Amino acid sequence: MNADILTPAAPVVTVPCTRAEVEDFLYAEAALLDEWRIEEWFALFAEGATYEVPPTGDTDDADPATALFYIADDYVRLRERVTRLTKKEAHSEFPRSRLRHLISNVRVLNVTAGVADVACSFVTYRAKRGVVDTYYGQHRYRIDCATRPWKIRSKRSTLDMDMLYPGKLSIIV
Amino acid sequence: MNVSVAYPEAARACASMIIEDRERHLFRVSRRAFTDEAVLEQERRRLFDECWLYVGHGSEIATNCDYITRSVGGRDLIFNRDRGGAVHAFLNTCPHRGATVVREPKGNALSFRCFYHGWSFNVNGRFASRFDEGNYGKDHYGGGCADLVQVPRLEHYRDFYFVNFDRNAVPLADYLAGAKEYIDLVADQAEVGMEIIGAGQQYVIKANWKLLAENSVDAFHGFPTHSTYFDYLKNVGSLSMDGVRDFSSNRMTDLGNGHAVIEYGSPWGRPIARWVPAWGEEKRDIVERLRQGLVQRFGQERGLRIAETSRNMIIFPNLVINDIMAITVRTFYPEAADRMAVTAWALGPRDEDHDLRKLRLFNFLEFLGPGGFATPDDQEALENCQRGYRNVREAGWNDISKGMPRQGRPNNDDEEQMRCFWREWRRRMSAGAP
Repeated sequence: MNADILTPAAPVVTVPCTRAEVEDFLYAEAALLDEWRIEEWFALFAEGATYEVPPTGDTDDADPATALFYIADDYVRLRERVTRLTKKEAHSEFPRSRLRHLISNVRVLNVTAGVADVACSFVTYRAKRGVVDTYYGQHRYRIDCATRPWKIRSKRSTLDMDMLYPGKLSIIV
Repeated sequence: MNVSVAYPEAARACASMIIEDRERHLFRVSRRAFTDEAVLEQERRRLFDECWLYVGHGSEIATNCDYITRSVGGRDLIFNRDRGGAVHAFLNTCPHRGATVVREPKGNALSFRCFYHGWSFNVNGRFASRFDEGNYGKDHYGGGCADLVQVPRLEHYRDFYFVNFDRNAVPLADYLAGAKEYIDLVADQAEVGMEIIGAGQQYVIKANWKLLAENSVDAFHGFPTHSTYFDYLKNVGSLSMDGVRDFSSNRMTDLGNGHAVIEYGSPWGRPIARWVPAWGEEKRDIVERLRQGLVQRFGQERGLRIAETSRNMIIFPNLVINDIMAITVRTFYPEAADRMAVTAWALGPRDEDHDLRKLRLFNFLEFLGPGGFATPDDQEALENCQRGYRNVREAGWNDISKGMPRQGRPNNDDEEQMRCFWREWRRRMSAGAP
């Protein structure tokens, strides 16, 4: 007998997410960040979600329990990060910098039980007081596509710069 | 000590950049000290060529034949352990034609080989290539003229390794002076020793390097600059004033030779060893055991001092060891008068429990580093200061006078610790002034 028959089926997602749908989702996310609609951006995340920027030059499986990251937020701290950025006492972003988030090379790596693993390249520009900072690297997402609206379960932004030339990571790259 | 004859004007100019008037309780620093390229050149000669500079922690080269490469005082160095376990620091430049010999940031190797012409070296620095007869004379083989060049001085204290490019410098232990006691308070946190955790954070601040030396031990700016951090602590239940004495009544100590430390009761949790409610009950026992262990080893007073107080220390000119909500070891060098490169590491016990290590790193990132809830605002403050110094011709002086009329021991949020730094800066920078 085939054991699979006895195993409760995973929820069937009738329409697997396409790259075009994922791109639409990521472009909408980027627009929220460009426009500093940061609380709406946070609403894209599922409860229990994580947001991370690992150390530059580390391996893909870097673990914030054993390595020093730049950012390793759980859901509560991500909420607090967003709250902080809404205040003018978050001096590094007051007055706010001008941002432009560019996304390219979007790939849907895997879809299992309605959850998509997505990779894309990014370049983010930050302009403030006559200085333009450039951040670039790769985003890795786990996106729950079975819910409406979709929710981000994890986002990890790995920088390709060999050191953090802009200095601050006071924005969401 | 090299007494410069080539730059007497710079020495004289630097002497005039500090004004200390004890009667009027005034201490002023010229903003040219932060903007003038001639000052930076003088700093390279008088500070970075002559002071003890932190190169790394023994744990970063824990195993024989481990190496790391690092920039220290404008030089590129190899910091490594040889086959017998002896620690070395070499100039990372081939004695043949000068190419960088080791180009990886870290690794473990039995020998080093320059890729350009293939000269190779044992990890104790000795020339190890064997060419056919007629190519090189005996001074190349065992005569030392083809060996990697050692840094003139390499000494350590409690696994913190320092180099000095001045062969005649005083011993490290004398140089560290009162700072040794405070390094002990960190090094004694684990019987098995401490270790650097992972790689350091590396970032640029568009400001003069001395602004970070000041900022790292500045309690005065804490609440105005970092109110959003304290809001965060409140919101998540990590702010705990239990047993914390009045923040401003805590103390600052002049450690000698330009080094200084501030100590204060911690409003935040410390993995060693001050529990706060946000960590949950399951962490309470393990943190309490660590606390009791320190009391058993060192007695009530010293044990609780290690466990509960926070300490920000500057070791002149550019090593910061801040034992706060986590421990950061931080060093920074000028790339230009208005730009510095910072490296900041996390330090913790070698045998730390997995959950506590996770908590330590989580704690580190809540305040520290370019993505923390506080450091970016420090960077913003420093960059705003540097921008303000564009007005140097008309608005030429910084005021560092806070606490001067106070009788007795300075408070931790006075500015005496910066005055200690600047007095040493003037002493070294103006030596030999006509």
